[in-house]
Amino acid sequence: MRRFAELLDRLVLTPARNGKLTLLVDYLATTPDPDRGLALAALAGDLDIPSVKPAMLRTLVTERMDPVLFGYSYDYVGDLAETISLVWPETSHEEERHDPRLSEVVATLQRAGRSDGPRIFADLLDRLDIPARFALIKLTTGGLRIGVSARLAKQALADLGGKEANEIEELWHGLKPPYLPLFAWLEGRAEKPASAALAMFRPVMLAHPVEDRDLETADPADYAAEWKWDGIRVQATGEGGVRRLYSRTGDDVAPAFPDLLEAMDFEAAIDGELLVGSPSATGSFSDLQQRLNRKSVSTKLATRFPAFMRCYDLLQVGGEDLRPLPFAERRARLEALMASLDPERFDLSPLVPFGSWEDLNARRMSPPHPVIEGVMLKRHDSPYIPGRPKGPWFKWKRDPFTVDAVLMYAQRGHGKRSSFYSDYTFGVWAGDEAAPELVPVGKAYFGFTDEELRQIDKYVRDNTIERFGPVRSVRADMKSGLVLEIAFEGLNRSTRHRSGVAMRFPRISRLRWDKPPAEADRLETLQALLPG
Amino acid sequence: MRARDLLHTRPEGLYCPPGDFFIDPVKPVERALITHGHADHARPGNGKVLATAETLDIMGIRYGEGFAGSMQAATLAEPMQIGDARVTFHPAGHVLGSAQIAVEKDGMRIVASGDYKRRADLTCTAFKPIACDVFITEATFGLPVFRHPDPVDEIARLLDSVRQFPERAHLVGAYALGKAQRVIRLLRDAGYGETIYIHGALAKLCDYYVAQGVDLGPLAPATIETGTKDQFAGAIVVGTPSAFADRWARRFPDPVACFASGWMRIRQRARQRGVELPLILSDHSDWDELTATITETGASEVWVTHGREEALVRWCALNGITAQPLHLIGYEDEGD
Ligand SMILES: [Zn+2]
Ligand SMILES: [Zn+2]
Repeated sequence: MRRFAELLDRLVLTPARNGKLTLLVDYLATTPDPDRGLALAALAGDLDIPSVKPAMLRTLVTERMDPVLFGYSYDYVGDLAETISLVWPETSHEEERHDPRLSEVVATLQRAGRSDGPRIFADLLDRLDIPARFALIKLTTGGLRIGVSARLAKQALADLGGKEANEIEELWHGLKPPYLPLFAWLEGRAEKPASAALAMFRPVMLAHPVEDRDLETADPADYAAEWKWDGIRVQATGEGGVRRLYSRTGDDVAPAFPDLLEAMDFEAAIDGELLVGSPSATGSFSDLQQRLNRKSVSTKLATRFPAFMRCYDLLQVGGEDLRPLPFAERRARLEALMASLDPERFDLSPLVPFGSWEDLNARRMSPPHPVIEGVMLKRHDSPYIPGRPKGPWFKWKRDPFTVDAVLMYAQRGHGKRSSFYSDYTFGVWAGDEAAPELVPVGKAYFGFTDEELRQIDKYVRDNTIERFGPVRSVRADMKSGLVLEIAFEGLNRSTRHRSGVAMRFPRISRLRWDKPPAEADRLETLQALLPG
Repeated sequence: MRARDLLHTRPEGLYCPPGDFFIDPVKPVERALITHGHADHARPGNGKVLATAETLDIMGIRYGEGFAGSMQAATLAEPMQIGDARVTFHPAGHVLGSAQIAVEKDGMRIVASGDYKRRADLTCTAFKPIACDVFITEATFGLPVFRHPDPVDEIARLLDSVRQFPERAHLVGAYALGKAQRVIRLLRDAGYGETIYIHGALAKLCDYYVAQGVDLGPLAPATIETGTKDQFAGAIVVGTPSAFADRWARRFPDPVACFASGWMRIRQRARQRGVELPLILSDHSDWDELTATITETGASEVWVTHGREEALVRWCALNGITAQPLHLIGYEDEGD
């Protein structure tokens, strides 16, 4: 348990990804089974142990020490788990306590019932030293957020065995803690575990953005184009009655989309985009947001904002792995499969016909739906390769929208920027053409260089008309004011803002010192961009 | 004799009227008794100074020879008469030369602990509990959350990290007097035989410790000789905590920032300082040692100074010991 505790403490304080990786690999290489597998599961959030309530912990500790002294301690440290780990009275002498293995601790916790839970937990705390007590409390109160992503954990496994991370990724969902067959294979003691799991995740293929000269040498005839939808990239997999809906990182997102899951009555693995609405009427981005970041969903919400999948690719049908086949063939197989799927929940991502890059560029700039963020280019002959290979696939995003707005308020930043006015609220003109007023339409705090930051900061200080706390109101009328060119990804309707619009991902793209504020844009320009 | 007639606070520090002297005064006084060489206890400019020979040497190294009008060396455990008070220095186990000071008159004995620790430390003489009526204890780590781990384990953590990151330099921040030498000595005891690089500010004090018989093994200044950063790959570099915030630290390859201090027990403290490897290593007593020491002295009254007084006062109350905070200003410990 001590080594696990030390690993946790070091991971928290090690900023660099490579440093974290070194620590993880070293731990995995020098810790026996099954402890290392359990540790890995704990880090990845896959360890199943009964949880402990903070109130129970507090009771346990104040039964054992003066509540006033506990109060002083908690005030000083600020974190309950850490305080209890530190002040827990040590009944036995340090040398007499042996260091229980993580597997022993986990087994003890799993055996604990509701009634003897507190006593068993207290016994464990008695046996552990301070860092191990901290690890135990964090583990059981669900506070083990230490900046180790599932991806990083899998990379560590790959490094341990000299394998590719994608190989681990493919196996991962078929394995259970403590992953004994996986370690045996990584250490060359056994064959690669068969992907025993039904409906396993297949690492996804991603595209590079089109850069300056990429298209110059590419032949349009080699590529198919389709719209790039701004939903959630998912992989829908059905096998032997098991259905799974994975995010592009391999997380199971099915609980949030039971409506889609219900319609997944196929034996296949489909790559596509999860959207909201119906194939005949794709919903807006704000509709989609109603379904994002939820662990579960009510029937009402699922009816109002139904989820469906726009299918891009077919990776597997029945027992056949299609990934080595060229895109054109996979696409043909996908088209054939579509006929058997529920048309309310699945549709085919249409190809965008084009003759030349200029032609495609024109389509990219005026997509038929606001939730399209550009086009995808896929070579007809490209196999499905996990990761982001350069060449076979490109994404060519629509250029951002821009608007000229006027700086209205500036707020001091945080950290390194705390001495600068670095968060800006900007507005556009609205109302009577002859005597318009500015309405705020958004906030931006990046997109400028350090030098530009200094210039804006000076401008703010020289043109302050009012102050409230960290915020300054800046002179902004028809004659004087600073015009900012704002780039953004799209617009939503908003009832929270007076302007009625909310920008997605706004940032400052240029400072228009040259432009008179009277020539900044009007609200109508933005309103025209709102989805119908 | 009432205790406060034997010792009480004045703006200059803790004053003994029968002996007409101050203990660790924060302002220059005619006669000063000094517990140890840390800057918040030992200040220049006093008339007469009485301290252990090591403490006088250390003050000479830090402030130059003329740091006081006159100096007198105190021998541990040998009582001496100063005016109407009897004074005895006893070892405090804090840093080289550190002492507690016992002051007696008419059957009343008060012990001023100075800073002290109870853990084994090969760089100084071990603390000895002295029976007394009033014990004046420091409380730098006077909260139940402070429980120092075994120093041997902390050094093992450092060596573990050196093994894990052989391409990086480990920069260990440690206070110049006491902590730095203790870290080095602990590394030697753990079998680490490589050259340890030290910041210039540590050189004189390390030399002094060596001259006093504390073997620190091969040391070298942390300066670049060959002009390459790689020289320090895999090395341990010890410097004062302030040096690591300095441009000086940029000479090391992708350094692992370590800090050897009792404060590193609290994770937030490590985070705030950007410490990657906190080493919980203190020259003060932790909570368990403070309370155990109070019990061992048999004191019926405890004055708490220097840190977090309220928790120790509370503990004394729960254990039937009269206690009060002694508000002394100007002690912000240098050597925690
Ligand atoms: Zn001190
Ligand atoms: Zn000190």
